[in-house]
Amino acid sequence: MPDSQHEKRFQERIDAEQKVEPRDWMPDDYRKMLVRQISQHAHSEVVGMLPEGNWITRAPSLHRKTILLAKVQDEAGHGLYLYSAAETLGISREEMIDQLLEGRAKYSSIFNYPTLTWADMGAIGWLVDGAAIINQVMLTRTSYGPYSRAMVRICKEESFHQRQGYQILMTLSKGTPEQKAMAQDALDRWWWPALMMFGPSDKDSVHSVQSMKWKIKRQGNDELRQTFIDRTVPQAEFIGLKVPDPDLKWNEKTQHYDFGKIDWEEFRNVIKGNGPCNRERLAARRKAHEDGAWVRAAALAHAEKQAKKKAA
Amino acid sequence: MMTREEALYRFALRMGDNALVLSHRLSQWCGHGPVLEEDMAQTNIALDLIGQARNYLTYAGELEGKGRDEDDLAYLRTDREYTNVQLVELPNGDYAFTIARSFLFDAFHLPLLKAMASGKDERLKAIAEKAVKEVTYHLRHSSEWLVRFGDGTDESHRRAQAALDELWRFTGELFEADEAEQALAKDGTIPALADLRKEWNATVDRVLGEATLKRPDDGHMAHGGKRGVHTEHLGHMLAEMQVLQRAHPGAEW
Ligand SMILES: [Fe+2]
Ligand SMILES: [Fe+2]
Repeated sequence: MPDSQHEKRFQERIDAEQKVEPRDWMPDDYRKMLVRQISQHAHSEVVGMLPEGNWITRAPSLHRKTILLAKVQDEAGHGLYLYSAAETLGISREEMIDQLLEGRAKYSSIFNYPTLTWADMGAIGWLVDGAAIINQVMLTRTSYGPYSRAMVRICKEESFHQRQGYQILMTLSKGTPEQKAMAQDALDRWWWPALMMFGPSDKDSVHSVQSMKWKIKRQGNDELRQTFIDRTVPQAEFIGLKVPDPDLKWNEKTQHYDFGKIDWEEFRNVIKGNGPCNRERLAARRKAHEDGAWVRAAALAHAEKQAKKKAA
Repeated sequence: MMTREEALYRFALRMGDNALVLSHRLSQWCGHGPVLEEDMAQTNIALDLIGQARNYLTYAGELEGKGRDEDDLAYLRTDREYTNVQLVELPNGDYAFTIARSFLFDAFHLPLLKAMASGKDERLKAIAEKAVKEVTYHLRHSSEWLVRFGDGTDESHRRAQAALDELWRFTGELFEADEAEQALAKDGTIPALADLRKEWNATVDRVLGEATLKRPDDGHMAHGGKRGVHTEHLGHMLAEMQVLQRAHPGAEW
């Protein structure tokens, strides 16, 4: 069959909402787009362990420490599911990790911001996991089967994370004046970066059109961002925190919140590598990888010796 | 003479401190492990241990009867009041050091818990019964990695041997019973710690044998942790761990 025929059939299946599976024929660009997106997503889970990992040793109660440890462990698990999903497309985990460490693959820019106080653990769970959920709920309906199934598993855990983060801020906002200030400061620092997590406006987004046609993405960035804002603003009000946007107000006509201008200059700058922690995050991942090289080599050597013994 | 309540309090505190301090050390690998699966495994173990620590510390607080809860005991005692063995407070070092430290402790921890699970105190029994399942896995994990390192490459063998050599002097304290432990052993609440040496020796010899690692000679043994005299490392660990509780006295988190 000529490729154009294949492609036509492929699009028909997508339009009929049939999932694409690893052995199915798929256009090269579809495969490439997915590898890029899924590996980027996997890297985000793994790099995302670092800003929260920064507070594990300082968690203020044994209960909070338990929850935080379990949360960061979940993120490692998400990284593993996603690396496996990407591997079904013919790329290995090692290749993907090399791309990350050499700076050739991206991860979510949100993790290039520093976690400065305990309240940041609340803000990350509530806002960052909260934004991730909106994106990931959409991706449970993505056209590639393994990616869609990974998202179903992940979404369940993310909603725990979001609730636990909100809990932290709720407790702080009922606490001492210092704790309240800590909570507000965290919202002030994380609000705009969280909105940027949905990516540039659809009119400026290069990949959006093709991605929507192939149903990798199912909703536009602006729509997802609006859903997040509409859902999150009342939650902020409920615990007495003020969203740091003077232009934010409810619009009766549209039944949505209007909001202020996003500083896309900052966004591009962080993506380029100039965020507050880009260097630290990559350096931490590189160090873990390099320090771990002899460990992985030992495990491999032992397994090979065992296999030889068995064969003999 | 120490009352039974007091002996139980001291012992529960000791078990809680051991679990809490080791959990804290292992949690420092989260996000920095040699391979993602190991970040998850060490975090799992850290979670088991912090769960055990919370059970012991809560019980200790009740026995003490002064209204202190798990967090008061974890966050508002100084290093001189912590009574864990020094072995568990040593910094992580490389991955061979972390694994060897866990192994030497796990090989002691498991038979202790097994004996406690048929002891006389209901609360300790219940905590130990649950912990036995967890620590069985911990010991399997640390043993398997020690074998991988001993058998794997020259470098991993060298690192594992160096770790064992360095750690060995911290193993004596595991079997030194203080006044509370002696009293509780007498009435069958816990085993006599010296009696655990046999099983510990057997485990150590078996795993080191499989790993082709050399068992270090028993030389001078370090001790003091059980009476609150620690290495210099514990103070730093607690300063970090306790910072928010100390900076915001009485706050809820
Ligand atoms: Fe996640
Ligand atoms: Fe999450």
